[in-house]
Amino acid sequence: MDFLNSILVKPFADMFEAPDFLMQVLWEGLVSGILYALIALGFVLIFRSSRIFNFAQGIMVVFAALTLVGFHQMGVPAWISVVLSLGVMFVLAVSIERIVLRPLVGQPDIILFMATIGITLFLIGFGELIFGGENKMMITEELGIPTGEFIFEPFGGFLLLEQKDVTAVAVAAILVVALLMFLNKTRMGRAIRALGDDHQAALSVGISLQTIWVLVWFIAGIIALVTGIAWGARAGVSFALEVIAYKALPVLMLGGLESITGAIIGGLMIGLLEKLFEIYWGQPLLGGNTETWFAFVLALFVLLFRPQGLFGERIIERV
Amino acid sequence: MMDASAGYVTEDGRQIGGVLMEMKNITLRFGGVVAIKDISFDIREGEIRAIIGPNGAGKSSMLNIISGFYTPSEGAVWYKGAPRPPMRPYEVARMGVARTFQNIALFEGMTVLDNVMTGRLTKMNAGIASQALWWGKARAEEVANREKVEEIIDFLEIQSIRKTPVGRLPYGLKKRVELARALAAEPSILLLDEPMAGMNVEEKEDMSRFILDVNDEFGTTIALIEHDMGVVMDLSDRVVVMDYGKKIGDGTPDEVRNNQDVIDAYLGVQH
Repeated sequence: MDFLNSILVKPFADMFEAPDFLMQVLWEGLVSGILYALIALGFVLIFRSSRIFNFAQGIMVVFAALTLVGFHQMGVPAWISVVLSLGVMFVLAVSIERIVLRPLVGQPDIILFMATIGITLFLIGFGELIFGGENKMMITEELGIPTGEFIFEPFGGFLLLEQKDVTAVAVAAILVVALLMFLNKTRMGRAIRALGDDHQAALSVGISLQTIWVLVWFIAGIIALVTGIAWGARAGVSFALEVIAYKALPVLMLGGLESITGAIIGGLMIGLLEKLFEIYWGQPLLGGNTETWFAFVLALFVLLFRPQGLFGERIIERV
Repeated sequence: MMDASAGYVTEDGRQIGGVLMEMKNITLRFGGVVAIKDISFDIREGEIRAIIGPNGAGKSSMLNIISGFYTPSEGAVWYKGAPRPPMRPYEVARMGVARTFQNIALFEGMTVLDNVMTGRLTKMNAGIASQALWWGKARAEEVANREKVEEIIDFLEIQSIRKTPVGRLPYGLKKRVELARALAAEPSILLLDEPMAGMNVEEKEDMSRFILDVNDEFGTTIALIEHDMGVVMDLSDRVVVMDYGKKIGDGTPDEVRNNQDVIDAYLGVQH
């Protein structure tokens, strides 16, 4: 009885008793959720245009952030470093298309997936060679990102929002809206979606595979840079950051690999739920640190009932 | 015989123009297999030109050469009076050659409208910044092209399914959407790869009517591959007949029908 009480009643009683604390927990969940969503978005974009599951998205986040910090350490002003980093991500996109993807056109998906693992290993080695393996501070203040706090007192309680988190959420939201507009409303966006559906047909209406692939990998690079800045501002920049990319996997399982909306909602859901679970169930009952596995268990559970994810295209097998 | 430069007048009185595209001694090999052997023929402005032949005759290979999916091993494609250098399919598309596919290649996840809009990609050239911001030129361009697309949608009578995802449509309608997408590019040459394959009689009649209407209304030059002899003979102005990679006949439907080689190829010949 006691046990059931501690699972089913007490957590909700706690939430109700301290609504300000609940809001704080939800806010923290929202912030990590947005960042998961951003990484998942990078995956979805590349998957939609080429059916490649891009294992390298995580390391691209690290690489972009390291490049930015690296340029700044060489004495380049912060904002010019951003522009130069974008340039590097563009060169990376062109090189990946030229050296890795182009020779593999028409190969089975699994081969291309293996190739992205190769890209990951290369970027880890190349990044360590150039920037070294030690942790670095994100150049948060130099970029003009506010580092103060907003303090509210809802329900006579206490709620603290770090300004850099607020900035991250705002920037991520703008990026997502811009991306959706771009994909749904413009010529290039339509070409990206078209290419993912049928390569032959895309060629026949004058879409160049190469151009679109470079474009898509570049956009994934931009997303990686934004994610890198936002996450780096919270936890510093190191190769360990790559691990958060694996959090995008349950997000994708939930959201489905094809759906942009799915990636966003999936990311937010996982961020919020894992934080809630950690604070109200994990820490009191399971000794904490549930955030490392909760998302995966949740995703498995969803997959049991909806193998295509919550928003994925339905898998219809015609007989 | 026809005059090489001036064109001719069809049985139903349409004036056909000069040579728009010409295959000159095309040979295509895949390793040791010769798919097409030394074939030459021309396509004239405004005509409906058919390529027919039994299975495995090399018809689809020929269409793939015209649309740039294959590069001929020997010979060249002449387009608007000049030899065309080897090109990628998307470059050929940008030169005004649109096509449909035998097995339907549509963007299944997108709506009919979006599918047809992709046909306009070659006509749009707003800069990427303008597109990213959905501002200025990109916006005006989108609106103007949308108008043209709606016109084609009306023309092919698919208004009622404009917003339906293509994946949900029945086969016959998919074929029509594919035709709409190709038409949206306002092509100089429209290539149709078995436009009537797998259709029932009613759908075939509809498709025939649309092909004739397109040619009539827009003056589009059409080259098509088709299995159904009856349909081909009714539709086309001139017919190329292929068998085992070689050309065995070329001329008006009547000429072809009375050609002994063609009769042999289709009905078999006693040895």
